[in-house]
Amino acid sequence: MANDLFNSFMTGPDEKGRFGQFGGRFVSETLMPLILDLEAEYEKAKTDQSFWDEMNYLWTHYVGRPSPLYFAERLTERLGGAKIYLKRDELNHTGAHKINNVLGQIILARRMGKTRIIAETGAGQHGVATATVCAKFGLKCIVYMGAHDVERQKPNVFRMKLLGAEVVPVTSGRGTLKDAMNDALRDWVTNVRDTFYCIGTVAGPHPYPAMVRDFQAIIGKEAKAQMQEAEGRLPDTVIAAIGGGSNAMGLFFPFLDDKEVQIIGVEAGGKGVNANMEHCASLTGGRPGVLHGNRTYLLQDDDGQILEGFSISAGLDYPGIGPEHSWLHEIGRAEYVAITDIEALEAFQLSCETEGIIPALEPSHALAHVAKIAPGLPMDHIICMNMCGRGDKDIFTVAKALGWDIVEAD
Amino acid sequence: MTRIDTRFAALKAEGKKAFVSYVMAGDPDYATSLEIVQGLPDAGVDVIELGLPFTDPMADGPTIQLAGQRALASGQTLVKTLELARAFREGDETTPIVLMGYYNPIHSHGVERFLEDAKAAGIDGLIVVDLPPEEDEELCIPAQAAGLNFIRLATPTTDDQRLPKVMQNTSGFVYYVSITGITGAANAVAGDVGPEVARIKAATDLPVIVGFGIKTPETSREIASVADGAVVGSAIVDLIGQGKSVTEVLEFVRGLAKGAHSV
Repeated sequence: MANDLFNSFMTGPDEKGRFGQFGGRFVSETLMPLILDLEAEYEKAKTDQSFWDEMNYLWTHYVGRPSPLYFAERLTERLGGAKIYLKRDELNHTGAHKINNVLGQIILARRMGKTRIIAETGAGQHGVATATVCAKFGLKCIVYMGAHDVERQKPNVFRMKLLGAEVVPVTSGRGTLKDAMNDALRDWVTNVRDTFYCIGTVAGPHPYPAMVRDFQAIIGKEAKAQMQEAEGRLPDTVIAAIGGGSNAMGLFFPFLDDKEVQIIGVEAGGKGVNANMEHCASLTGGRPGVLHGNRTYLLQDDDGQILEGFSISAGLDYPGIGPEHSWLHEIGRAEYVAITDIEALEAFQLSCETEGIIPALEPSHALAHVAKIAPGLPMDHIICMNMCGRGDKDIFTVAKALGWDIVEAD
Repeated sequence: MTRIDTRFAALKAEGKKAFVSYVMAGDPDYATSLEIVQGLPDAGVDVIELGLPFTDPMADGPTIQLAGQRALASGQTLVKTLELARAFREGDETTPIVLMGYYNPIHSHGVERFLEDAKAAGIDGLIVVDLPPEEDEELCIPAQAAGLNFIRLATPTTDDQRLPKVMQNTSGFVYYVSITGITGAANAVAGDVGPEVARIKAATDLPVIVGFGIKTPETSREIASVADGAVVGSAIVDLIGQGKSVTEVLEFVRGLAKGAHSV
């Protein structure tokens, strides 16, 4: 087992921003000084108690942390095997885990004297979280969003506008999340002096993957303590969904050195992980490459051209994955599986029926895998799954997929 | 000595500024693109930058993005781009070719295999936008060992403290990016660029060529007058995108080259 080769899995990245061969700083020269500057400021903030005091205050009073760890009793009964706990990050302000990270980056931006915040967004959750925190601090906010996503996520576009953000529909490339990230990087290259790029996931050039992980790790830290309180021990399995992988990295990180804890990441299998490539499962269906500042597993063709992902969930619709996940995959510390759109839709309904929780489509993927493995596990096996977002934003997509017509009449 | 070194030495001996042009390989298709590239030396181009198409050109504006999409749609790949260089080489042994693009297609091809194939195709240098000095071990150092120049971008954000690091493993020439921004956006201003070029030249003996934001023969002349040469890309690629004939494209290039050479 690869586990025996490492004293600790929590020391990465190295000084070059690498997790094994993954990560790094693959950016143009214009951005390089900005990234070094950010790294230096983050290193300072990380050990500054006043930074964490401000974070903790806002996590408590603005976001509503800690999020509960909830024993899903009826779900457990229904599946008839392992005992299932849900980490309720969907109860955060703005409805997902995204705000944990945004808060950290915006506080950092303020310390750096930046006045203009840019962000990319897919489903709109990171965009809404960024617009929210910018409104709270009176900062200018510009959100890049694929034109295709602007169309399919109208409620979130309206939310961002209400919060005072400017939403820029991205038509370059094919108008999806990766193109939104390209355009955000183009903006940053152009507006280097006053602008802070608030990346929404554990990807991008170093220090973003480590920094976003550190901000999201509050999820795992809380879950660990709460599990001790509830069960007097650690869970046997932790599970989370993965697009870029920030909620998963946040849950997994504090458990990495607890080698008895099994770690499972669930990628979006779309219409199935096969030669048609209609999925977003970078680890199970891609190979290593370099995009958006880091080396990681990517969906790409034989020529190294990036392929568009496909998933019912706009939040998982990204052809890459955070470099730390690529590393955990390669050394075997975490296991990565794929769940199809159809399986995720079934799990979405299962959560609604058994627990009265309308989950986002992203954690529905994680839940679908829980539903697959729980029945075959003993009743004293404890699973902790991150319920990383609520499903209000997805009801139109789900209604359409289930053949319901819920478009409002005048 | 690569063809790049030889060419710049010759220009220096003649007291001439360099004119460098950029076109995307395979834009709008392989045959037309080859015809344009073959016509560049006669139009006055001293160094050819050949774009390697990529789906996600993060440092480029809409003009180059669209050129890449046209090239990819017409079936252009890294292998076909090297083929195009080889076809050009059959008729021109002296004009240097710099392959310019992003790392992933090269990474996907495999660095070692790529360097062999590029060398065999008659490529003389590389500009890989997303490989800063911090990632020199990836491609820069192996490329130099294989006898290819690795040309680095210096930008307005590259301060004096960082400049030596950027120059350290650079060869052939230095490409100074005149603006903070993407290709084809703002206009370069000779008055701003002059002092910056002087700053770079204080840190290197290599020729300093300026690109980004040069669109007319006049700007080409103005910029060349404060540097060792000028690069034009988007303005040429724009004409290709508009479906102009090869003759029209090359006529435009001739005007730009004349501008730079009139200094």
